[in-house]
Amino acid sequence: MKKHRGQVVKERRGQVVKIGAWVLTISFLVFIGGCADDGMDWHSKNISGLMPELSFELTDETGELVTAERYRGKIVMMFFGFTNCPHYCPATLSKLSQVLNQLPDGIREDVRVLFVSVDPTRDSVEDIATYTDNFASEVIGFTGTENQLRELAKRYRTTFSYGKPNDKGNYDVSHGLAIYVFDRSGKARLMILEDQPIETITADVKILASPE
Amino acid sequence: MSPTDLIEWLTPYRFSWLAVTLLPLAGLLYGIGMKVSRDQGHHAGFWRPLSFFLGLTLCYMVLHTQVDYYGQYLFFMHRGQHLVLHHLGALLIALGNPVWFWRQAFSYLPFKIPALPLKLASIPVQVLQHPVIGSAVFFGLIYFWLIPDIHFDAMLSHELYLIMNWSMFVDGVLFWLVIVDPRRPEVSGMPGYGIRLLMIVFTAIPQIILGAYITFSRQNLYDVYSVCGRAWPISAETDQVYGGLLTWIPPAMMEVVAALIVLSMIMRRERESSKTHTKLDTLTAGGKS
Repeated sequence: MKKHRGQVVKERRGQVVKIGAWVLTISFLVFIGGCADDGMDWHSKNISGLMPELSFELTDETGELVTAERYRGKIVMMFFGFTNCPHYCPATLSKLSQVLNQLPDGIREDVRVLFVSVDPTRDSVEDIATYTDNFASEVIGFTGTENQLRELAKRYRTTFSYGKPNDKGNYDVSHGLAIYVFDRSGKARLMILEDQPIETITADVKILASPE
Repeated sequence: MSPTDLIEWLTPYRFSWLAVTLLPLAGLLYGIGMKVSRDQGHHAGFWRPLSFFLGLTLCYMVLHTQVDYYGQYLFFMHRGQHLVLHHLGALLIALGNPVWFWRQAFSYLPFKIPALPLKLASIPVQVLQHPVIGSAVFFGLIYFWLIPDIHFDAMLSHELYLIMNWSMFVDGVLFWLVIVDPRRPEVSGMPGYGIRLLMIVFTAIPQIILGAYITFSRQNLYDVYSVCGRAWPISAETDQVYGGLLTWIPPAMMEVVAALIVLSMIMRRERESSKTHTKLDTLTAGGKS
């Protein structure tokens, strides 16, 4: 009996689908396997391979134009904020200062905390320098034009926005809460989350700073 | 909106070669296909091209304008983006019957596309259009990209983000091409209308469950938006509720619309078949007299 064209197509499809389904499943498993982490047992979020290496061109708290190259060979912890921030920024810088205090001398001198102000209208270089003086000496403030800051924020998949100014011209700045940690070669390695205890951050930084 | 605002709004948040090549190419081939059909005396009509280009434009807008920025920094906007890529835009594209027009366009090209790459490319398409596999992948992808850890990574890595959006878009189009294929199943080899209705039910229920779970969850499931910052001040709870509702209600409504389209196909088919029967009856009766 002559078969319908649709029937022939369906039969051929059945064979192709069987082989294809296997190929698809294996590809999916390979994809999932490729997403696996570096095998290390970190307390922080492992971002190896997820984010680009440290790269920027910003003005530091002395008014000097600086690129990320300056920090090659150092463990860098970078986060975005603003000096008028009522809670999160001072609490984070204080927490990171405590982490630095808990690091052994040989490691501490190889760690830098980069505080990037995303409020260039209000935060002058001098304001940022005065602000970071309240914390550990390894904390360095940075600023830039809004475009430079937007590009850097985009690179690290974060954003910031400004609230409406009140009668006195004060406004809130909404920004990301992540602290990005880069290894000595500038590779993005860890993301410290908001509620992470000081001990676990210290432990991770120690492992990252120790020779491989 | 001033022209400057419009240009700013249309500027991609992050430039993508995929978006500026594949989507316009799909539109161009469809246009060529329409011309070839018209030259052969088959008019494309008004609604199919309108549906196709509307769907394509919507998908381009959510992938490659400032909408993409909001999609990256607000959970509910991200869900809206996927609603367009996987449901609304993809369904509109499929309703435009693009495969037919693309085939017409290929026949018009001054060079022949080698058969082997086409055959190889058709394998994943056939797999993803299998009723069981296709349905499982259709709702499975929604679940997969919404696993909190996977979602976190996809929102951090630009490459994973592209894979997430494009996998949703391609899978959406392939799924709806099966559901609204206007050809008779006996000719196309596509699943019958009853199976298509089952595919709709089979994919709608898990989505409804997931959407409801996200909406009513008291936990902050997707903290990547808090970690990376939101595009505007909105609480994590509100963002998640809106996102859950967008995962739940509009896709369910789209599935109902798709089911109505399949039902209309069944009814049209029955009308045509009863007309044929009537004609045959008349002929037979005429022959006997």
